[in-house]
Parts: sequence; C-alpha cells; structure tokens
Amino acid sequence: MAPKRKFRVWRGQGTEGRFEEYEVAVDPGMVVLDVLHRIQAERVNDLAVRWNCKAGKCGSCAMEINGKPKLSCMTRMDTFKGNEPITIQPMKTFDVIKDLVTDVRWNYEQNKRIPNLKPKPRDPDGHYRMAQKSIDRIQEFRKCIECFLCQDVCHVLRDQDKKDKFVGPRFMHRLANLEMHPLDTVDRIPAIRRDFGSGMCNITKCCSEVCPESIAITDNAIIPLKERVVSRYYDPVLWILRKIFGPKKTKSCGCSK
Amino acid sequence: MLNISEIQTIKHDVIVIGAGGAGLRAAIECSAQGLNTGIVCKSLLGKAHTVMAEGGLAAAMGNVNPHDNWKIHFRDTMRGGKFLNQWRMAELHAKEAPARVRELEEWGAVFDRTKDGLINQRNFGGHRYPRLVHVGDRTGLELIRTLQDHGIHQGIEVHMECTALDLLKDGDRVAGVVAYWRETGRFVIFQAKAVILATGGACKAWSINSNSWEYTGDGLAMAYRAGGELMDVEFVQFHPTGMVWPPSVRGTLVTEAVRGDGGILLNNKGKRFMFGYIPEKFAPETADTEEEANRWLKGDTSARRPPELLTRDVVARAIKKEVEEGRGSPHGGVFLDIANRLPADRIKKQLPSMYHQFKELAGLDITKEPMEVGPTAHYWMGGIRVDSDTQETRVPGLFACGECAAGLHGANRLGGNSLSDLVVFGRRAGLGAKAYISKLSNTPKTDAGQIQSIVKGATDILNRESGKNPYLIHEDLQNTMQKYVGILRIEEELQTGLVELERLKKDTASVKAHGTSQFNPGWSEAIDLRNLLICAEAVNRAALERQESRGGHSRLDYPGERDEGLTFNVIISKGNDGMNVRKEPRKDPPKELASMAYATLEALEGRHGS
Ligand SMILES: Cc1cc2nc3c(=O)[nH]c(=O)nc-3n(C[C@H](O)[C@H](O)[C@H](O)COP(=O)(O)OP(=O)(O)OC[C@H]3O[C@@H](n4cnc5c(N)ncnc54)[C@H](O)[C@@H]3O)c2cc1C
Ligand code: SF4
Ligand code: SF4
Ligand code: FES
Repeated sequence: MAPKRKFRVWRGQGTEGRFEEYEVAVDPGMVVLDVLHRIQAERVNDLAVRWNCKAGKCGSCAMEINGKPKLSCMTRMDTFKGNEPITIQPMKTFDVIKDLVTDVRWNYEQNKRIPNLKPKPRDPDGHYRMAQKSIDRIQEFRKCIECFLCQDVCHVLRDQDKKDKFVGPRFMHRLANLEMHPLDTVDRIPAIRRDFGSGMCNITKCCSEVCPESIAITDNAIIPLKERVVSRYYDPVLWILRKIFGPKKTKSCGCSK
Repeated sequence: MLNISEIQTIKHDVIVIGAGGAGLRAAIECSAQGLNTGIVCKSLLGKAHTVMAEGGLAAAMGNVNPHDNWKIHFRDTMRGGKFLNQWRMAELHAKEAPARVRELEEWGAVFDRTKDGLINQRNFGGHRYPRLVHVGDRTGLELIRTLQDHGIHQGIEVHMECTALDLLKDGDRVAGVVAYWRETGRFVIFQAKAVILATGGACKAWSINSNSWEYTGDGLAMAYRAGGELMDVEFVQFHPTGMVWPPSVRGTLVTEAVRGDGGILLNNKGKRFMFGYIPEKFAPETADTEEEANRWLKGDTSARRPPELLTRDVVARAIKKEVEEGRGSPHGGVFLDIANRLPADRIKKQLPSMYHQFKELAGLDITKEPMEVGPTAHYWMGGIRVDSDTQETRVPGLFACGECAAGLHGANRLGGNSLSDLVVFGRRAGLGAKAYISKLSNTPKTDAGQIQSIVKGATDILNRESGKNPYLIHEDLQNTMQKYVGILRIEEELQTGLVELERLKKDTASVKAHGTSQFNPGWSEAIDLRNLLICAEAVNRAALERQESRGGHSRLDYPGERDEGLTFNVIISKGNDGMNVRKEPRKDPPKELASMAYATLEALEGRHGS
C-alpha cells in the first residue's frame, strides 16, 4: 500500500468556503495535481480544478500550495518532507469561482488593450531577417504560459488591488516583447507609462521568483521598459533619432539592424 | 418542462467550435471575410492542445536546404500516409504552408533563426529536408499565442469555458449549436448560419496517451450525430516516444525533435536497434550504418538519414517488439539517448522543455542520462470527412478543420504536418464558410424540440438518483481500448472490444454526476463520455473493416500492406440502428500528382532538369 498523506483543500464558491481534509494514498512520482485527481475520482467528483497538459506547458493549473504560488502539475509530492498536512488553495489575487478555480478574465482584458505588432515591410526577396541574438531576449518573454502566478504574487495587484492602474508583470513583459521586437513600428511608450502603469512597479522581483518558466520579468522586461519611459520623457531627441535610424545608432539593444 | 425562451441565445454568422490553432485560424479568416464570428472552447483561451505541440510546423520554405520545395513536401506526406491521403489536400497543404508561416511572422511569431537571419528549419521523421519551422521545443505555444494575440483584435467574440453539446439543424442544414457555460452550468444557444468544428482528436480513449481532458472527440461525435461521415478512423497514431516513468506521467510526450536533433534509440543491450527495422520501401533513403547516420547528422548531403527518423508507425512498432522480446528498459520502454550525442548546453538550448519536463517530473537529467520511452496514443489521422478545398462536410453549413477533420494524413501523419494543417485548412474552412453563407437565401431556424432533448440529455446525468461513477467508466473504457484496440490488432480481440464497448454504453446511459451544475468536472466527464464512446466504437469497427496493415493500423492477422487496401477509405456514418461501416472507393489521382508522388527525389529537386 502506498503511504497516505493528509491534504487540506479549499472548497467553496465565491466568498464562502472552508478547508476540507482528505487523506490520500501517494504513489511514487505523483504530483499535487495527481492527488487532486485522485480525490476527484474517488471522493468528490465535482471538485473544481483547472488543468490541461499535465506537463507545465499550458499554465492552467496554478494554485497556492502551502502558501506558495505553484503549478500543481509540476509540484512533486516527494518535495514535501515530514508529514504535515499539505494545504492547497486557489490564487488569492483573483475571485474564487469554485474550489481551486478562480476568475482570471481580467487578465484577458488587459491583453486586449495592448496593440499587437505592426511589422515593417519585408526585404525585397520577401523575407524578414532577424539575427538570433537580437530575438533571444524576446523569445524569453514568449515562453510565458499564462499561468498568471506572477499576477497572483505581485503586491500591486494582490494587496493593493490596483487592477485599474497596473496591467501586472505578465503584460509588462508582453509590452516589452513588442517594444523590443526588431520588426515593430508601433510606439507604445506613452501608453506604457499612462495606461499600463509602468510606474506602479517598485521592483520587488516577486514575480520573477515564482515564474515557472524562469522569465526574468523584472530585470529583463520591466526595468528596460522603465528606462525607455524615463529616457523618452527626459530626452525626446534621443527617441526621434532612435525611431529614424534604429536602435543600433543609439544605445545598443542587441538588434541586428 | 424546460422553457426554451429562458435559455440565453447568442447570434453569429458563424460559430467556430474549438480554439486551438485550427479554430483560431478559421475564426480569423471568417472575421477577415466580414462575418460576425464567435468562437467557443472548453478551457480558457490559449490552453488548447495546440499549446503542447513541441517540435515544429512543416513548411517547405527551403531556408536551410534550398533543394526543398512543395513537391517534395507533398511526396513525403503521401509516402508517410502510405498513399491513402486525399491527394488534393496533400497538394494544397504543401503549397500553402509557407505562406501561412510568413503570415504568422507578421502577426508576431518569433521563430528561431538561421545564421543568415531567416526562419530556421529542423529535421523530423519522414521529412526529406530540414523543414520544421520551430521555436526550441515549444512551437505550439508560439503558434497559439500568435493567433490569440492577433485574433483578439479582429472583432471575434470569444466564449471561453463553454462546451458545445450538440448541433442544431434546420432540415438538412446546420442552424447552430447548444452549449453550456462551465462556470454556471447554464445552457446557451448559438444561432449561426455556418458552424466550423475544430475540436481536435479523441486519444483520451486509451489509457496511455499524450492528451488532455479536452480530447474526447466531441466534434467527431457531434458531426456523426448530425449526419456527417467519419473517415480513416482506424488510423490512430501511437507516438513512439512517450514517457514511461513515473506512472503519473506515463504517456506524456517526448518530442520527436530529440531524435531530429541527433537522439538515438537503444535497447537494454545498448544496441541501436532501429537499424534492424528498416522497411524495404525506405531502405534506399535510410542509412544502414551508424557511421553514415552520424555523417548525415553533421550535414553531409551524400549520407542517408538515420533509421530513428523513419515514420512514427515504424518506430512505435519496433519499440513494442523490443520490449516484448525482453530487450526493454526497467520500466517497460526503451532508452532514448541525447546525453551522449549533444553537449549539455545545446540540449538545454534546443530542447529546453524536455530538459525541464524530465528534471521536474522524473528527476532525471537528460544531459547526463538516457530517457526511458515507449509508445503513447497521440493523434487521430482520421476524422470528419470534408471537401478538400472548402472543408465542408456532408451536412450543408457544417465545416471541419484541424485534427478533427480527415484526409491530409492518410494512414500516418508526419511530425510537424499537424501544425501546418491547422493554419492551412483553418483558413480554408473560413473561406468555405464565407462562400456558403454568401449563397444562403435565408437564415436557418433553430428547433425547440431539438434544443429540449439536448438539454435534457445533459441534465438527466445530474438529476438521476443514482448511477455509475463517470471517472470509473472512463478508466474502464481506456483499459478496454488499450487492451483490444491498441497498436497491434487482431480480429478476435477487436470483436471482444466491441462486446466490451456495448457494456460500457449501457453503463454510460445511466451515469450519474454528483453535485450541482456549477464548474463540475464530474458532470463534464460524464457528458464527454458519450462522445468518446462513439469515437472508440468507430475506431474499433473501422479496424475490423481494414484487413491489412498500413501506417497507424496494424493487424497481426493481416500483416503487410495489400494492394486492395489502396483502393478504398473506410467511412463510418450513423444508421437507423447503429453504426454503418462502408468502403468508399478511391478515385484515381490526377496524373500530375501521381507521378510526383512516385517520382525520384532528383527529379523533383530539379537537379536533372526534368
Ligand atoms: C504533446 C503533443 C505534442 C505535439 N507536437 C506536435 C508538433 O511538434 N508538430 C505538429 O505538427 N503537431 C504536434 N502535435 C499535434 C498537434 O499539436 C495537434 O494535432 C493540434 O494542435 C490540434 O489542433 P486543433 O486546432 O485541431 O485542436 P486543439 O488545439 O486540440 O483544440 C481543440 C479545441 O477544441 C475545443 N473543444 C473540444 N471540444 C469542444 C466542445 N465540445 N465544445 C467547445 N470546445 C471544444 C477545445 O477546448 C480546444 O479549444 C502534438 C500534440 C501533442 C499532444
Ligand atoms: S517586481 Fe514589480 S511587477 Fe514584479 S511583483 Fe514586484 S511590483 Fe509586481
Ligand atoms: S510570466 Fe511566468 S509566471 Fe507570469 S504568467 Fe507567464 S509563465 Fe506565468
Ligand atoms: S496542467 Fe498545464 S501547466 Fe499544469
């Protein structure tokens, strides 16, 4: 028989709820999501939990495990020493729909506010040319699986509830991705300051720490965006030169052209 | 009795069911054509299966090897599909894929680059040249995010966490679909002039699979119930390399890119066994020594490809044989080694998510140790029968694209040919819907009786006093399919499978979900089971019908391809009392395509000027 372990799982709808305790047999290699599935199949058929890939690729299964924001499909049971009960609850920053499922629609609304890429014309032979090293840094952002764990921990959203003033780390790096895209022609800097709230972040780096894709959100996205905002409003001439001659003529940003 | 007027109704010109690569691309096209477009999906936006695709998207761009062109891609696809593909679809796919890739780039996709700054392309099984456009091993994420980020600005209405139950019809033609919101369990009627199905496959019918909970063949079953036809469903792709250990990740995919980038398969004797499994037809193009295979990997164009890159059906059967004959790894797979083939830093750069996946889930460092892998149910080559150009089904106004549609892949799909399929035929389905709607003289009407019976079918599951646990029925079904309708099939077992499926149908008819209708996974599971059972039965019956072994379908009692097998496709449709199975004769291909498919490579590369 596989050893048993106690779990305290949040159950409830909306603002109403409580922790329920379950004892579950844990087999070798199991992750927290497996435990939840076992509870679902054997005990509580209607336990609400989101998941899709079970391999850390889709970002559906975000929750807080022993107080830490995690992907439940990538959290192995053998990482918990001792035999204290393991506490599983929904992300705190978003309203609970039911059990471990939260209402994350706000995030989708933020993405919709961000103007997409508008690329410059192709080379005469129909290709776009970009050096790998000029896209390495935006590919880092594009690893994002939209688990919204960074949004969950960011204190501006979590504790101060300033969802109307700040799009949060996930969308700051989406903006950085577009701003640093070698083909892009849109100017988002004024909006980054005014509408998306770059000034709200005070660089605590909590977001980077929880990101399951290890995206250095603060260092590689938010700080460079803040610098761009500052240099724009400080030195508009520099900005115009940059747009006309491309970034290479000014400060190196690694772009190929 | 339920009052229909109280059910929420949403009107669109076209409703797309499914928001993977195919559904999103279809919706984008519909919107671009000026149609009022809605899209529904079971999960949140961006979480569809497409997000999991790893290795790449096949398009003959010729960026890495200028000899590549659409004709060779077409030839590879036909050969990979054992010539059972729809010729026209294979032609359109190979011709149009490069344009679809360029379009993705304009919408924000950032693919890996060559030294010259062009889109890089990697090798994959069955593809003659490096052809897979990719981003490390997370190409599906790049594809879906690009379509999502572009699509949300095109005026498409996105209805997420909303599951379609069944199609509505006005006479013969489609009139909309009934669905329910996962959050509240409330029902919703989508009235539409055309419906595009893009719901993906149904490999959740097997116990070892690489799929998520969504893959229960809903679109296939909805089309079937609405009078559509299913085709080629005996061909299920068992991907050769799924994880086998620990048990909780059994089946999770290990991308073919590991082999494309040099990984080799070894048995427990340390032997590179694939050299012993090269089919005659592929012998002229496959290396027969390790030395030659290694030269090929280094880019020597005079060398032939390593046998690890033979098509998936061949590799999966070889692995199964090695294991059965006692040469397997400790947990019932074989070894896949990349550690001794590439330096650690390149493995981490080229296969980051594989590195991560094994490190986190199996506690194994793939830069130091070999992986253990074995076959996993992965992909549906068959699906809803559609017109090759417009993607329309037999039901007027009903279209299908992506994995849920049949035709492009024939008996076996080449890796990378799915992501390209999604964008090529997603777009075409959108154009097809537009053409259909333009010719429509009046808007189809929905029928209250149909709505009522669909809703009742779903609510009965919650309302009945007692009944079987849906999770246990599902597990039972998976074990049945794994045992009787797996990689290697035989008449006797297939017959037993049918009997078992009858039993499971009875169980499902009285399935009970506990709790309320709000975000209730048990209820969803019970609803989806009905669809999965139709798909399972269809595979089983089609597998009985095809008395030969070809591609993804292997019959122990009928080994080898038979000439007769090339003359028909198996078609499944709903009859008055049960499933109808028939053989649809294949038409002769256009001469030009036929000669292309059987041509030598030199001829197609234009090296001989012919
Ligand atoms: C792990 C893995 C790796 C892969 N790697 C590759 C690769 O490298 N290259 C390649 O070419 N292919 C690959 N494939 C195959 C490829 O990813 C899939 O075939 C393809 O993504 C399917 O896309 P789709 O748009 O048809 O469906 P999906 O992306 O699966 O989307 C289906 C959509 O339909 C929705 N849906 C289903 N039923 C309903 C319903 N009843 N109501 C409402 N919505 C519904 C779902 O919610 C989802 O949004 C891989 C597959 C897997 C599993
Ligand atoms: S660094 Fe900024 S964005 Fe990240 S958690 Fe801290 S305040 Fe939020
Ligand atoms: S940046 Fe990281 S933590 Fe934030 S949503 Fe993306 S993957 Fe999740
Ligand atoms: S289920 Fe996809 S990340 Fe956990």
